[in-house]
Amino acid sequence: MFSTSKRMRALVASSAAALLLAGCGARAGDDTAAAGSSAAASCVDTSGATIKLGFLNSLTGGMAISEKTVSNVLHMAADEINASGGILDKKIEYVQEDGATDWPTFAEKTEKLLTQDCVAAIFGGWTSSSRKAVKPVVEKLNGLFFYPVQYEGLESSPNIYYTGATTNQQIIPAMDFLASKGVKTLFLAGSDYVFPRTANAIIKLYAAKLGIKIVGEEYVPLDKDDWTSQVAKIAAAKPDFIFNTINGSSNVGFIKAYYDAGLTPAKTPIISVSIAEEEAPAMGHEVTGNYASWNYFQSLKTDTNPKFIESWKAYPNSSGVTSDPMEAAYISLYLYKSLVEAAGSFDVDKVNAAAKAKPITFDAPEGKVTLDGENHHISKPGHIGRINADNQFDIVWASDKFIEPDPYLEGYDWFPADIRKQLTDAAG
Amino acid sequence: MTKNQESGMTKMKPWISLGGIGVLAVLLLAVAPLVLSDHWLNNLGKYSCWAIAAVGIGLAWGRGGMLVMGQGVFFALGAYSMAMHLTLETAGDRVPGFMVLYDPLAPLPMFWEPFRSTGFTLLAIVLLPVVVAGALGYALFKRRVKGAYFAILTQALAVALATLISSTIRETGGDTGLSDFKYFFGFVLNDPANRLMVYLIAAGLLIVCLLAVWQFYRSRFGELLVATRDAEERVRFLGYDPANVKLVAFVVSALMASIGGAMFVPIVGIITPAEIGAAASILMIAGVALGGRASLFGPALGAMAVGWGQSSLGSTWPDGWPYVLGLLFIVVILFLPYGLSSLPARFAALRRRPPKEQPAPAPAPAELEEVHS
Repeated sequence: MFSTSKRMRALVASSAAALLLAGCGARAGDDTAAAGSSAAASCVDTSGATIKLGFLNSLTGGMAISEKTVSNVLHMAADEINASGGILDKKIEYVQEDGATDWPTFAEKTEKLLTQDCVAAIFGGWTSSSRKAVKPVVEKLNGLFFYPVQYEGLESSPNIYYTGATTNQQIIPAMDFLASKGVKTLFLAGSDYVFPRTANAIIKLYAAKLGIKIVGEEYVPLDKDDWTSQVAKIAAAKPDFIFNTINGSSNVGFIKAYYDAGLTPAKTPIISVSIAEEEAPAMGHEVTGNYASWNYFQSLKTDTNPKFIESWKAYPNSSGVTSDPMEAAYISLYLYKSLVEAAGSFDVDKVNAAAKAKPITFDAPEGKVTLDGENHHISKPGHIGRINADNQFDIVWASDKFIEPDPYLEGYDWFPADIRKQLTDAAG
Repeated sequence: MTKNQESGMTKMKPWISLGGIGVLAVLLLAVAPLVLSDHWLNNLGKYSCWAIAAVGIGLAWGRGGMLVMGQGVFFALGAYSMAMHLTLETAGDRVPGFMVLYDPLAPLPMFWEPFRSTGFTLLAIVLLPVVVAGALGYALFKRRVKGAYFAILTQALAVALATLISSTIRETGGDTGLSDFKYFFGFVLNDPANRLMVYLIAAGLLIVCLLAVWQFYRSRFGELLVATRDAEERVRFLGYDPANVKLVAFVVSALMASIGGAMFVPIVGIITPAEIGAAASILMIAGVALGGRASLFGPALGAMAVGWGQSSLGSTWPDGWPYVLGLLFIVVILFLPYGLSSLPARFAALRRRPPKEQPAPAPAPAELEEVHS
């Protein structure tokens, strides 16, 4: 029959075309291919008076409430840099993209920014899931991604710079603080995704070393707000402290359940790693007296912080308060400027070489941070703040010096070497 | 209403439809790789995956009257089968990195082990949806579950599966999903030639699916399916079991969703529960409704249009895109129940009538009553 033969022909033609192409493609094990044979020549245009940069933040969806602030502060940093002459005498021309709180969208937009818009670097992301979606794309296309949020560590990539804290700059200081307060029992409450899971795995290992007993561990999905039954378990376990790795609006439900269960900061205080100046007002007065571990607080007394706060308050659409992730985003753009100027080029390989050649520093609002050219993280001071009635943080503990970034916890003997090896193998 | 009109355009003009598939094949397989940039070609590959699932929805919903609101379930079966295989291929002998993060010393979960095998993976992509949809469809159709009850049940399944995946972070990657695949059955995924190959496979599969439903619609089975949609009881009185007819259409639509899901993974490079849950399942339906659910090309083209809208309008106007989609959906449901692909037929119908008369009501909205009842 005519239709059948034509159909067969179409089938044969399409499969033949696919197979033909398969013949030219690299296969697993080819040495040339393994090194990323994409070798797509960078299309970044450095001939004009401007340089294109990409900002990739969730402007819609569940994370928009946090990420819009990051986007906004990136715009402010770009305006400041442009006002002072730009990067290598080129004005920043930014392309804003929406990640839409959807991880495949982050991957798609990263590819678009690098191959269609030809940006020299991308800034943004918030959740670890979004970063994990971006990572393979920037590695494939040899792009640059600056990630501004504290995260679970155990990662490094030649194509990513991390300007938020890794675990030894936030989680470990928090544990040191708890130990110094004589805490004996700890309950872990977190959102059910990669950051809280990994952070808690590290907390459990360090707690064993410090002699702190973990009396319970509960997780609730990121988009769920009902913490009633989990908080009941906390009330029953009567821990000295609660370690909170909940992210986003789920915190509101957690704090409500905490208050409803009759728990108080005086008897069962919480230490959080995701509640900052931006989030605290949404939680109500119940959070007053609880703790947070960050590197930057608005209340920090440094030379550069007052000007940063003032600029932010004057910036259009700003929230009026400064916080750690937005400060880290602010750092990321300035750090990129310093890197490019040290390299004398926007070329990714030259920028990476400049990072290794000599220490790149920036006078950040949190203090003078230094980039580690090997692992692409920055040194940071550790701080613990207690939330006061104005939803600001009174600083109650500070690390004695800036903490060098150690994403794989190589300087900590309690972190099992075989796990580190498994992780680095899996990442490689 | 004549019989020809009821079963749609393809019955009247089969060669035109076949020619249309041919034109689409040339556009997707030959023209697109030549004129589109890598980025847009990759996007087109992604839309093709949704279109494959949409062709199945067109069969089950447009022709069969079953409002399948949970195709994400079958999309997930294909996608996660493929993603598990690619993850293991990337990890080699080691346990995948994300599992080490959550529980450093535990072994690979049992159900992952068989996905090391290429043959098992390919079989799973084909057989898993057939078995699951077969069992589910058998249970539902034999009990004569239909209409809104059927729709809600399938939707609930998609929600349940997405929640299950989100909450089993160590076994499935949870909310973060599975990503960072380096190889595709031995081919380096970063290689542009291989990416083109993956695109061509997805586009080729879309053409194959279109040919399959084209053949379906022309066959006696196609007649029976439409008859079951429009008058299930009469079909029963004639001695056929409508449950079996619906079962076949449902299983085929599940299979197509699974194939779409499987190709989505190497093209997009990541799969998460958000891509298979309630919202994603409804977005698949939206594309089908927009394009025209009962027509041959409507579902596929509608799904591609929605995908394109999401990429381009979502970029230039992120806050507005959901409203545009919602508005389009309402307009189509209210004024064009047969989707955009029925526009030419409606214009033709208008021209045939004296100009003073009121516009004709939409042709053959028989199955709408089925959905509403």
